[in-house]
Amino acid sequence: MPAPTLSHLDQLEAESIHIIREVAAECAKPVMLYSIGKDSAVMLHLARKAFHPGRLPFPLLHVDTTWKFRDMIAFRDRMARELKLDLLIHVNEDGLKRGIGPISHGFSALHTDVMKTEALKQALDKWGFDAAFGGARRDEEKSRAKERIFSFRSAKHRWDPKNQRPELWRLYNARKNPGETIRVFPLSNWTELDVWQYIHREDIPIVPLYFAAMRPVVRRDGQLIMVDDERLPLNPGETPEMRMIRFRTLGCYPLTGAVESTATDLLAIVEEMLTATSSERQGRVIDHDQSASMEKKKQEGYF
Amino acid sequence: MRRLDPAKTSIADYLAEQENKDLLRFITCGSVDDGKSTLIGRLLYESKLIFEDHLQALEADSKRVGTQGGALDFALLVDGLAAEREQGITIDVAYRAFTTDRRKFIVADTPGHEQYTRNMATGASTAELAVILVDARKGVLTQTRRHSYIVSLIGIKTVALAVNKMDLVGYEEAVFRRIEGEYRQFAESLGIGHVTAIPLSALRGDNVVTRSTLMPWYGGASLLAFLEDVPIDRAGSEGPFRMPVQWVNRPSQSFRGFSGLIAGGSVRPGERVRVMPGGRETAVERIVTFDGDVERAVAGQSVTLTFNDEVDASRGTVIAAAKDPLPVADQFETSILWMGDEPMLPGRHYLVKCATRTVQGAVAQPKYKINVNTLEHTAARTLELNEIGVCNLALDAEIAFAPYGENRDLGGFILIDRFSNNTVGMGLIHFALRRASNIHWQALDVNKRARAALMRQKPCMLWFTGLSGAGKSTIANLVEKRLHAMGHQTYLLDGDNVRHGLNKDLGFTDADRVENIRRVAELGRLMVDAGLIVLVSFISPFRSERLMARELVEAGEFIEVFVDTPLALAETRDPKGLYAKARRGEIANFTGISSPYETPENPEIRVDTAHRSAEEAAGDIVGYLDQAGRLSGQ
Ligand SMILES: Nc1nc2c(ncn2[C@@H]2O[C@H](COP(=O)(O)OP(=O)(O)O)[C@@H](O)[C@H]2O)c(=O)[nH]1
Repeated sequence: MPAPTLSHLDQLEAESIHIIREVAAECAKPVMLYSIGKDSAVMLHLARKAFHPGRLPFPLLHVDTTWKFRDMIAFRDRMARELKLDLLIHVNEDGLKRGIGPISHGFSALHTDVMKTEALKQALDKWGFDAAFGGARRDEEKSRAKERIFSFRSAKHRWDPKNQRPELWRLYNARKNPGETIRVFPLSNWTELDVWQYIHREDIPIVPLYFAAMRPVVRRDGQLIMVDDERLPLNPGETPEMRMIRFRTLGCYPLTGAVESTATDLLAIVEEMLTATSSERQGRVIDHDQSASMEKKKQEGYF
Repeated sequence: MRRLDPAKTSIADYLAEQENKDLLRFITCGSVDDGKSTLIGRLLYESKLIFEDHLQALEADSKRVGTQGGALDFALLVDGLAAEREQGITIDVAYRAFTTDRRKFIVADTPGHEQYTRNMATGASTAELAVILVDARKGVLTQTRRHSYIVSLIGIKTVALAVNKMDLVGYEEAVFRRIEGEYRQFAESLGIGHVTAIPLSALRGDNVVTRSTLMPWYGGASLLAFLEDVPIDRAGSEGPFRMPVQWVNRPSQSFRGFSGLIAGGSVRPGERVRVMPGGRETAVERIVTFDGDVERAVAGQSVTLTFNDEVDASRGTVIAAAKDPLPVADQFETSILWMGDEPMLPGRHYLVKCATRTVQGAVAQPKYKINVNTLEHTAARTLELNEIGVCNLALDAEIAFAPYGENRDLGGFILIDRFSNNTVGMGLIHFALRRASNIHWQALDVNKRARAALMRQKPCMLWFTGLSGAGKSTIANLVEKRLHAMGHQTYLLDGDNVRHGLNKDLGFTDADRVENIRRVAELGRLMVDAGLIVLVSFISPFRSERLMARELVEAGEFIEVFVDTPLALAETRDPKGLYAKARRGEIANFTGISSPYETPENPEIRVDTAHRSAEEAAGDIVGYLDQAGRLSGQ
């Protein structure tokens, strides 16, 4: 009998599991960043596969900016309960006290910087994690295409793109100097389509916001912003209207643009994706400046 | 990915079809101007993977920094890092994925310059096929040979020779045939089995995705069609079973599984296996996955195995077919590509990671290095960044392995610097050297303990390290005098004395310093074995070598004495006038001036010569030995 050949999803899955196990074996105190989105859902699923029938040998960490969609938080708590996850939640209390938010300061950049980038560094330092899994993919953005699967950060959490370690075969070098941390990206070689195909194949639960539904939105700077709670101040003349929308990517609700859609199930989402003409990051307000902005943010420690 | 036409296919059928696609990883090699980025950008573009917003950014970027006079510059799609874009070169490896209806592809785009050989090797290490670009106007160049050599070294057996810029030679068949012929001959000499030559124009899109009408004389497939169809011979499921153990899964007393990615062959429950090294035999009980137990697992899958008895396997061992277990050795002939900014130091201990096993080991002086441009072999004492050489490797422990040509996972290794923790080299095992297994250490009846008892002392090695002029020799001399007066058997190895005899062939380069210390440490070890209290007085500036010496003897036998004198103070003492000479530039590589001194982090004894006289320091050291019980026979 000829050996079964592995499909591309089988190969990607095996590679990701290998990476996750390698970190668990070689790092002193790893953590998995859980951002509640579809990529995190896939990453969590792969981690559960890696250690089955055992439990995950590391906790999950959610860096909560306090501006996530309510549905995201509800989903997160449900997953933690149902899967008996060891979930840590960190909020930048100092940032909260300073009243930093995506609206009050008018600058999304400052909010992202303080409540996300700063907060992540705080959390890693607070618990002393030496390695953090993230769900980023190389197909998301150009500078990510050059990032290694094991990506080192200085004690100040900076990324030095010109000084990356060679990464050979499946041999990952997880050794680091005191104070350094590693970001590990097990989904590096996955594309957006792979992620959806895998969610479909494995029947992985995802946040309902990915599916189209009638939701209250306002239109701002060409983006559809959902009025998720009463904190979103309405400009004069703005009234929320109910529209059939969904999200291709999830983050802080005032910074995340929705798309009009009728896709209420997975197959419809994939169909929309295959006929789409814009990339998923377009919904993220953070990327809209120069094309080198992501690289700059990463050097500063944005995940 | 072709855009879906919902009218023609149902999405469920489409997904079912897509799920069974195969994955092909390939590398593209070429130099700055060969059109590599343009070709990849074009493949992405033509397989419709570029979204409108990316296209808008591309249009804007093309106008701002493009090289096509404002027309779409596909290269900008793939040149990621800001620094690269400004300099118009590719300096790192970029990985991108694209999909057609037939296959999913991951392409590693790597720079072509000689100074980026390590980046190219990185990209090649995970590739199954290489696309080698040549400029039709220039033909096979030195760089083409270099790229092909690295491709063959890494073991890639299938090559597409993309003869680009055919538009600039009038789509002439003769030009293409000449290049093809020359290249085939060369590839054959490297042992690259399958070469397919394709004439194309990345800029204009000829023969990239569809066959060009401008080259009717070419009967082959377009590059993309070739990539979709080419069979890949994977180190597959046919060979004997091998799985390096990555993780021992032990959630409860009742379950103990061994997890790993299968590196070769296949396995079924009930099959006999051996755990290497060690060779204990057992049988596989279950193949456990999240989706339930399976009846068969093959190369490339990540699984968890259980055994039907108590046989244990720890991380770093390899579970192998019992009938065909893989060999075990600790000395090898290897090819090494050096990737560190500092040159390789023969004799220095590096960490060697092979599959899931990490052990220490030292690389011997290269037998030769290979000129990557001419493929000539030349003599070498070391390897510099991007140099490739054939060297013997000696490990501190035996590992289970396979020659690289048989199995990449079990024959490839990386070298890690123990202090910077950087990956400084990649290596490929050719074969094991039989030497090690033939020399069995004679178990002698008169051993170290017996000799030491007779001398009423416990042997040890006092290792004095510090700057030149720090006071090492002065203090070591005083210590030896005192020990001698107390009736102990000692020997003092001093830098200058040894350099006049045993090590007179060595100079002061970093490589020679490492060898100098290695010999002294080995000599010291034999003397410790003879029962002596050995005093070693050497500048020994590098932590790695001091650690190596420490590890040669038993725990507690190595006593590091850091003679801590600030450089300024040592320099004012300057008994031999050496600092003055070094300052004048008359001595090269002088520690503290033109060569680094790495301060000990946790010495057993630290002597502060600024505040303590040499006599006092000697008293402290003898006191330490006494306290540590080294001056009595029991
Ligand atoms: N004040 C002081 N001088 C010292 C001490 N040790 C050595 N010296 C002097 O420093 C000079 C260099 O010592 P030497 O043993 O030749 O240094 P080496 O090159 O490290 O072996 C000699 O003149 C010593 O007398 C010390 O502990 N205190």
